[in-house]
Amino acid sequence: MFYRALFPRDIFSELDRLQRDLHQAFDTSPSIRGFGRGGYPALNVGGTAQSVEIYAFAPGLDPEKIDVNIDRGVLTIEGERASALPADEKAAVHINERFAGRFRRVVSLPDDADPAAVSAQYRDGVLHLSIRRRESALPRRIEIK
Amino acid sequence: MTNTASKTDNGRRDAVLPPVDVIEDATGITLYADLPGVGREQLNLRVEADTLTIEGEVSLAAPEGLQPSHVEVSVPRYRRVFTLSKELDPDRIAAEMNHGVLKLRIPKAEHAQPRKVQIRVS
Repeated sequence: MFYRALFPRDIFSELDRLQRDLHQAFDTSPSIRGFGRGGYPALNVGGTAQSVEIYAFAPGLDPEKIDVNIDRGVLTIEGERASALPADEKAAVHINERFAGRFRRVVSLPDDADPAAVSAQYRDGVLHLSIRRRESALPRRIEIK
Repeated sequence: MTNTASKTDNGRRDAVLPPVDVIEDATGITLYADLPGVGREQLNLRVEADTLTIEGEVSLAAPEGLQPSHVEVSVPRYRRVFTLSKELDPDRIAAEMNHGVLKLRIPKAEHAQPRKVQIRVS
């Protein structure tokens, strides 16, 4: 699945796209979920000892209409963004770079992420998901008796 | 409106170019810019002479000790510069920020508004 680059004229994303195209043309076994990098929404993923943090840069959405699902360790963010372009034919569209349409991005979570302990916040167009790691996976000091 | 972001910004701090939609109708120009992570306070809009600058800082609530593992937005700043044309009225720009999307309405000056010319038949 291919997405429109989130940032126009970003030379790295263009190079990325080229690499992805080449990769897809020559790779005999591409990843089953494609190469999502550089699409809408852009994702930053990180972790702390206690949690996995995902930031999805998804501006201009109705928070009610963002679908976030976790199924067997795979997190899916999907939704739809309406176009800002007018239906009126008299208006001239000079630049049209912003993403519009349905989107879907998928992240494989680490094994110790607890799907029952997720918090999601949508602020200033960034969806922040925080997934706690399971208690049993937290680093622990073992007492010696 | 022409875009001069890459030319004028050498030597300034790194910033990514936010995607925009620019639509012109009879009474003015509407500009939408995607600035995810930018709050009202971190947005900086300037008009100097005929140059419109949109700048914004990304502020994310990151927990302590966060180790990034996959990064697609690596520069926490957006900047884009446009040259306004003469018929636009920079004093009456209206800005609105909603869920990380900036909407700017730049009306055309009074004298540039379309006018229907009445033709009298004598």
